[in-house]
Amino acid sequence: MKINHPLLGPRNESEFTILGDAKLLNRPNILESNQAQAFYEYLYLRDNPIGMHRELWFHEQGDRSWLIVTRNTLTHEISKVELAANVVNKEGQAK
Amino acid sequence: MSYSAIKVIKEAFTGHRGWKPLWRRPEPKPEYDIIVIGGGGHGLATAYYLASEYKNKKIAILEKGWLGGGNIGRNTTIFRSNYLLHDNEKFYEMSLKLWEKFEQDLNYNAMISQRGVINLFHSDAQRDAYVRRGNSMLINGADAILLNEDDLRKKCPFLNYDNARFPIQGGLWQPRGGTIRHDAVAWGYARAADQLGVDIIENCEVTGFDIQNGKCNAVRTNRGTIKAKKFGVAVAGSSSAVMANAGLQLPIESHVLQAFVSEGLKPIIPGVITFGAGHFYISQSDKGGLVFGGDIDGYNSYAQRGNMTVVEDVCEGGMAVMPMIGKARLLRMWGGVMDMSMDGSPIIDRTPIKGIYFNGGWCYGGFKATPASGKCFAHLLATDESHPNAKAYLLNRFEKGQMIDEKGMGAQPNLH
Repeated sequence: MKINHPLLGPRNESEFTILGDAKLLNRPNILESNQAQAFYEYLYLRDNPIGMHRELWFHEQGDRSWLIVTRNTLTHEISKVELAANVVNKEGQAK
Repeated sequence: MSYSAIKVIKEAFTGHRGWKPLWRRPEPKPEYDIIVIGGGGHGLATAYYLASEYKNKKIAILEKGWLGGGNIGRNTTIFRSNYLLHDNEKFYEMSLKLWEKFEQDLNYNAMISQRGVINLFHSDAQRDAYVRRGNSMLINGADAILLNEDDLRKKCPFLNYDNARFPIQGGLWQPRGGTIRHDAVAWGYARAADQLGVDIIENCEVTGFDIQNGKCNAVRTNRGTIKAKKFGVAVAGSSSAVMANAGLQLPIESHVLQAFVSEGLKPIIPGVITFGAGHFYISQSDKGGLVFGGDIDGYNSYAQRGNMTVVEDVCEGGMAVMPMIGKARLLRMWGGVMDMSMDGSPIIDRTPIKGIYFNGGWCYGGFKATPASGKCFAHLLATDESHPNAKAYLLNRFEKGQMIDEKGMGAQPNLH
């Protein structure tokens, strides 16, 4: 797979590591009470879809930026690559 | 039709015209007692044990493709029971004991070969960890022998003992581990289940569950709606997709694992050898091909094929531990979809929906578990009680903090 890095252009998958579903950006608020169920769901449950999947990749052997890659899990086709920092600034900060 | 040497000789002299298909091709009936969803190794074994040991009558297996086309035909055929944690070790040792009598029980040749499994160690600390694991195996009734470098050099003179970074100091050997022909496992269980009256229905994909008041009464399929009292789901890589039809989200991600076979060579590899410093394991098939593999690719995938990065990684592991492998040419490679659970251990349990039972989360270790998985799942479906050897494999163990984390990797499915 080649990942089209928004700043560096197409880079080989071997330069990256993957964390998983981009929903991991939306961590429950640790300061609120009664969050046990929310943290269980956050930590352990996954949609694991067939088809489009937004996921977090880390350019570890490159510029060390976090990317949000939209990828088809059935064909491995990548349709969109964004800088995670830009998305977080737009959609709101993780707590 | 029972197999015997006399039958083989008779057929040899009569043009092999007397062999019959191993299972029927029945049309689905409108109603069963128990429906097993998924005609892979685990589903077939489950149906076989439901019919043979628990004497259930009206059983069907629904398989979306053809029988044996999924992970049961895509693995590297290894069985072993070399686990550390007791919850795992007793279960996998039960499985190994069932493998040892598989051929006799089913009257089916599966070319079982207990040539041993050797896990190499490369440092003092790793040796100590393997000693602890070996002791855990012995406590649970399995076999384990610690080999030092001299023992190992006699068995496997071809390994790269003097590797500067990862010298080989010895290995943990399980002599009763080995390989068994995976297609024959599927066919053997299918034939035995069919003879006991199980309807094996191929090309029948489950597209939904009819659930009323928290109870499942029927499944919708591309061949019509089929009623039953209980439904056992054993669909490996497709677990999340099938259970989403019942409105359940699972602690599972699906990942692709690749496997490789070289051209056929004369016998060279005794048993199964695993590299302790990287992720690489190898055995030799009866046809002579070197069968090997390594890590999953690491990203969610339902593609049944992987990418070059991991192909290179696996081959680097092979070259590091066994440089002679560089002379062999790669013949075939393929991928299978693994249901990676969050702690690396499987689930055999009820679900919050009455009538639906779940078997999955086998990560890339499901093949060796096939007989025990089938027996424990059949026990659960027949009696509504967990089998004593599978009591820890609960669906809600992540919620309750009762993980079975063999590797100590935490909630990160692509590291197990």
